[in-house]
Amino acid sequence: MMKYYNKLIFELSKPGRKAYSLPALDVDEKPLNNLIPTEFLTDKELNFPEVSEVDVIRHYTNLSNKNYGVDKGFYPLGSCTMKYNPKINEAAARYDGFANLHPLQEEACVQGALQLMYELEKSLCEIAGMDRFTLHPAAGAHGEITGIMLIKAYHDKRGDFKRNKIIVPDSAHGTNPATAAMAGYSIVEIKSYENGLVDLEALREAAGEDTAGLMLTNPNTLGLYDRGVKEIANIVHEAGGLLYYDGANMNAIMGHARPGDMGFDTVHYNLHKTFSTPHGGGGPGSGPVGCKEILAEFLPVPLVGKREDGTYFLDYDVPDSIGKVKDFYGHFGILVRAYTYILMMGNDGLKKASEMAVLSTNYIKEKLKDYYHLPIDTLAKHEVVFGGLKDKSTGVTTLDIAKRLLDYGYHPPTVYFPLIIDQALMIEPTETESKETIDGFIDAMIAIAEEAKSNPELLKTAPHNTIVRRPDETKAARNPVLKYEG
Amino acid sequence: MYPYIPNTPQDEQEMLQAIGLDSMDLLFEDIPKDVRLTRPLNIPPSKSELEVSSYLKSLADKNCSVSRMACFLGAGAYDHYIPSVIDAIISRSEFYTSYTPYQPEISQGTLQYIFEYQTLISNLTGMDLANASLYDGGTAVTEAALMACAYSRKGEIIVSAGVNPQARRILKTYAHAQNLKVVEVETKEGVTDAERLNELISDETAAVIVQNPNFFGLLEDLKTLGEIAHKGKKVSMIASVNPISLALLKKPGELGVDVVVGEGQPLGIPLQFGGPYLGFMAVKKDYMRKLPGRIAGETTDLDGKRSYVLTLSAREQHIRREKATSNICSNQGLNVLAATVYMVTMGKEGLREAANQCVQKAHYAFNELTESGKYRPLFDKPFFMEFALTSDVDADKINKALLEEKIIGGYDLGRDYPQYKNAVLYAVTEKRTKEEIDKLRRVLEGVK
Amino acid sequence: MKVLEGLYYSKSHEWVKVDGEEAFIGITDYAQEHMGDIVYVELPEVDDEFEKEDSFAVVESVKAASDVYLPVSGIILAVNQALEDDPAILNADAYENWIVKIALNDKAELDELMTSEEYEKFLAEEA
Repeated sequence: MMKYYNKLIFELSKPGRKAYSLPALDVDEKPLNNLIPTEFLTDKELNFPEVSEVDVIRHYTNLSNKNYGVDKGFYPLGSCTMKYNPKINEAAARYDGFANLHPLQEEACVQGALQLMYELEKSLCEIAGMDRFTLHPAAGAHGEITGIMLIKAYHDKRGDFKRNKIIVPDSAHGTNPATAAMAGYSIVEIKSYENGLVDLEALREAAGEDTAGLMLTNPNTLGLYDRGVKEIANIVHEAGGLLYYDGANMNAIMGHARPGDMGFDTVHYNLHKTFSTPHGGGGPGSGPVGCKEILAEFLPVPLVGKREDGTYFLDYDVPDSIGKVKDFYGHFGILVRAYTYILMMGNDGLKKASEMAVLSTNYIKEKLKDYYHLPIDTLAKHEVVFGGLKDKSTGVTTLDIAKRLLDYGYHPPTVYFPLIIDQALMIEPTETESKETIDGFIDAMIAIAEEAKSNPELLKTAPHNTIVRRPDETKAARNPVLKYEG
Repeated sequence: MYPYIPNTPQDEQEMLQAIGLDSMDLLFEDIPKDVRLTRPLNIPPSKSELEVSSYLKSLADKNCSVSRMACFLGAGAYDHYIPSVIDAIISRSEFYTSYTPYQPEISQGTLQYIFEYQTLISNLTGMDLANASLYDGGTAVTEAALMACAYSRKGEIIVSAGVNPQARRILKTYAHAQNLKVVEVETKEGVTDAERLNELISDETAAVIVQNPNFFGLLEDLKTLGEIAHKGKKVSMIASVNPISLALLKKPGELGVDVVVGEGQPLGIPLQFGGPYLGFMAVKKDYMRKLPGRIAGETTDLDGKRSYVLTLSAREQHIRREKATSNICSNQGLNVLAATVYMVTMGKEGLREAANQCVQKAHYAFNELTESGKYRPLFDKPFFMEFALTSDVDADKINKALLEEKIIGGYDLGRDYPQYKNAVLYAVTEKRTKEEIDKLRRVLEGVK
Repeated sequence: MKVLEGLYYSKSHEWVKVDGEEAFIGITDYAQEHMGDIVYVELPEVDDEFEKEDSFAVVESVKAASDVYLPVSGIILAVNQALEDDPAILNADAYENWIVKIALNDKAELDELMTSEEYEKFLAEEA
């Protein structure tokens, strides 16, 4: 049993300790106030800890032991696609020529980087059925706002200023309405059918002269492929609007179907979901945005171009560009990882990945549906949503189930999302989990369902085996303590 | 078989059987035929790790990395020393293969380092609190401006021409989408024109944004500019700062700044061709409930143990949807860890020493390069670690000549400021040696 | 669920207590119970003017944020500062702890609100 570690780095500080070393200053040192006028200089000491290198390494190693990651075990967090992060990705991103390249170096010095971005763009276009991609957006939400701004620029250029609404289904990720609002649109939320698919009648009613566009994810947040998507596209296009594809769920359909062929005009990927770049405890991710030719003239600058002589360049010549959305050219280090993954998997591997992700999901669905309430029992894609326990009499909630799973050593599924399913438990296994791993998880879920009947208290007070238990969120929000005061 | 897909054909058959399907193809029968892709994707087939790494190495080797040259290029991204402990820590997969810490019981590692980071950034900037980071310095400027507009319920943003041109372009992109007005206040002799700012402040002003040191490397009088800004009602004074400089300079918190943002790349994050970096944001208490992005807070668990959670989430998109303060739903996670490890490794003395070396070396370089008179200072104002020189030689020609001598020259200011054609902005970090600076001088003197 | 007599009620679960040309506004016991542990109340500023049914405040719990609507139009005369220090008092007693005091624009608007009996009936139907 390891000793419980509960120190902050500040509590290790001791005056005089240090963890850094710098070369001696090799130019003649002048008094600082000869170089910078006193009025700009602080006379206060920096309130930073003083620790040794050993302290730093031990402290953060101890903290790492308090974390759960994909490398520790199964992480079936729905809508997050927590697949394994291949180690070659990490190695490649650290190659000297990629890691230590200044973004403003001369074009001749960065040809390899530009070539990688160019080739990645081509691959992303092919996988999504789009004509161009910008690699700039830093995350999915950032991709969303970039895509919506492309739609806005399209209407504006045509002098079509009356379109001030974005249609969003009620099953959408919260980012969708937040994004549309951030781009200056008001939101029309339309109901879904009980099976989570877009209600075509409601859509027909909502679509009109003021429709700028529709934001949709397909498969949707319930993990179901919306068969009506071509009709949806027709309705929106006939009303004069454009379609945005939230690519959060792209892992379900690689090599099997493409948003471009479904009628979408613009799309974002989450490279940290579909293309195996690490989630990093919250980031950095990457959310490239693709579009059809009609929107390409509005893409953020710069794009990456290729000359006839085979050299690559940063193309700032996009007169109708929406401008810049991000410093430099996006999260290049993440782009390297994603491209590495695409090269490793190839067209056959990507297709296989989606197949296995879908197979594992349906397998879980079949095995658990006798124990957990399955509101919609049809073929699932990459994730399945249960509505809590089948037996509601015990008073055990989805939160209790999630917390009990921690005792069994699993990261719980996404809980209470999508909002349209009561007590939602959203499970996404991904393709990188073996049958044995999945069977282990299924056994744990079944055991928990049994416990809910035999000993509901055990669940209501779970977790029992974790280093901390249900930290008090109410207290944290009522009296926020957001920094260490010593 | 693929290395990242463990199931064997036999597993596949067993699983198919369990769900009552005969073939993998049937798993996709819910996708109508007319949108099914019936051909293979037009990308190359799968390859081995050896083939892929050798190809990627060949691409990497086409680039001239700064590790093989002397880099005097800055303009928003800097070649600082990165202690080895950082990569050792961020390479721990318990950190990098985890998600956003939604389950606090198994995410205390992530939550605690965010809390430590918030503390360090608050202390560094002299502000009341910090969020868990934003995408980068440029988008952080925009998020700050949007927050100021929400805070004041006003829609005009005044931004200094001394703010990084990229950040200003991002701001304009977002402002256009939201019908917010962006007004630029010019610089005078390289720093924000205070008189002009005074004229521009009105009842409509929501925010004043300046950068310190500004894009030309010069020090701005934050205190005076803040006083002017605060003549308007509920105007937010926003400063975008270089974090390294704060080891020596007065803290924005002492100077009346309301919102501090900045690019965190100098805090131990590799250049990697422009990203991923880290945007930091710290504010006065009044802004706590309007802050965009994630925030970690301290609390106690069922057994009374000190622990950490994500908090104040009612600001965020998953709850507030279209009324959220921002659509952002991530932070720069692993880069937050890198910056945290950097700040504690450098510590109280190290950050100061690094900053002092930057200042000393930059001023040495400035004196050396301007001595002969061939290169003249563009401005005559105090600077931190970057300075602009002008001459009769074309900037492009200078940089080509330097490149031949394995020196990465400065940034051509003419790209963003037509009035400063042939002016070059040089950055000198603690990594540059006297020898490299002397060589820079020799080569520059020789350029015709 | 407590419903006080003598107050006016809205369908979005706010109450109005009239005091001459002025009125106190708060949320009902039902509303606070529905929200769960209240962690923060975003208050308007004095002198802000609102139309009937405008959102004038936001009540936040850990997992939710709800707009609070003004049942009648008016100008904010005072806000309850005690809520800033301790929002939990709304959970403790939603009627004792008003959110704002307003100057009524038009007392006739009160007629469109529910009485305590009507509100009780409304709650029963909602359930």
